[in-house]
Amino acid sequence: MKVSVIRNVLEANDRLAGELREMMAARGILSLNLMSSPGAGKTSLLERTLRDLAPEFKMAVIEGDLQTDNDARRVAATGAQAVQINTEGGCHLNGSMILEALKQLDIEGLDILFIENVGNLVCPAEFDLGEDAKVTLLSVTEGDDKPEKYPLMFNLSSVSLLNKVDLLPYVDFDMERAEGFMRALNKDITVFGVSCRTGEGLDPWYDWLRARRAAKKR
Amino acid sequence: MHEMSIAQSILDIVQQEMEKNGLTRLIRVKVKFGRLTNTVPEALDTGFMALTAQTPLESAVFELEEIPARYRCFKCAAEFTPEGTNRLLVPCTACGEEFGHAVLSGKELYIDFIEAE
Repeated sequence: MKVSVIRNVLEANDRLAGELREMMAARGILSLNLMSSPGAGKTSLLERTLRDLAPEFKMAVIEGDLQTDNDARRVAATGAQAVQINTEGGCHLNGSMILEALKQLDIEGLDILFIENVGNLVCPAEFDLGEDAKVTLLSVTEGDDKPEKYPLMFNLSSVSLLNKVDLLPYVDFDMERAEGFMRALNKDITVFGVSCRTGEGLDPWYDWLRARRAAKKR
Repeated sequence: MHEMSIAQSILDIVQQEMEKNGLTRLIRVKVKFGRLTNTVPEALDTGFMALTAQTPLESAVFELEEIPARYRCFKCAAEFTPEGTNRLLVPCTACGEEFGHAVLSGKELYIDFIEAE
């Protein structure tokens, strides 16, 4: 017997992502899925952002890593709520992991939820986490052709932060080339050059967060 | 390797469909995947084999079919299917524009049908 199925393989994840999206919409929480290769500076960006915007927003973080709660501890040290998900080898977060992690967070009155995905430029882009926007980090210590080599993530991201710009004098990274690839993949992408170490360039990122948060609240 | 999660999702759906139709022996499952989904067919095949090994589904044929990428040019609106590439950055075959094309197909990932008794 042949049974026509025609069902989206990722439908279970998409359904959970839909639930998450509704939960966040009902509470007016801006939810962001932060992605990059390992070491690009996701946790450093969060540490800065959580400290600098603490007077304005109530924020929480879901941290995804294969092992250890190192990042959740770093983030919690800023005073923000943080919960760690260990994927035990899994290369990305999925909707059910986020729903599970949310049980450990007090989301009432929350303004912004950051989801720090597992460091990986490929798989995380495939899985909807019910986020309002995907945010990708690329550091200048990586190749400026990363967007061309790992296109899907940049194609789907609303924002890309080029991190570690304080190291530009010491590396062969062409900012215009990297940004050009990003725009070729996604003409609407917003690109910020930042240094999470020195704080350079973070204000436009904070303004973007404020604007998106205000739009979400309405 | 996200193919393992995908294989697990396929298996979940197959089992639901078999149960719904009162079927117990899976003969074949056909999955279609878009060229732009970052799906490596060999990895997906291995994932499905690993998950069904030593289960009643072990002997089933796992069939994959690729759906090519098709674009509409951002500049001249021509529709085109680039040959032999799964890159997102592709020049329009009509006007050469590389930027900002709309993806018309190539992002699909679905189970087409199952054959079972």
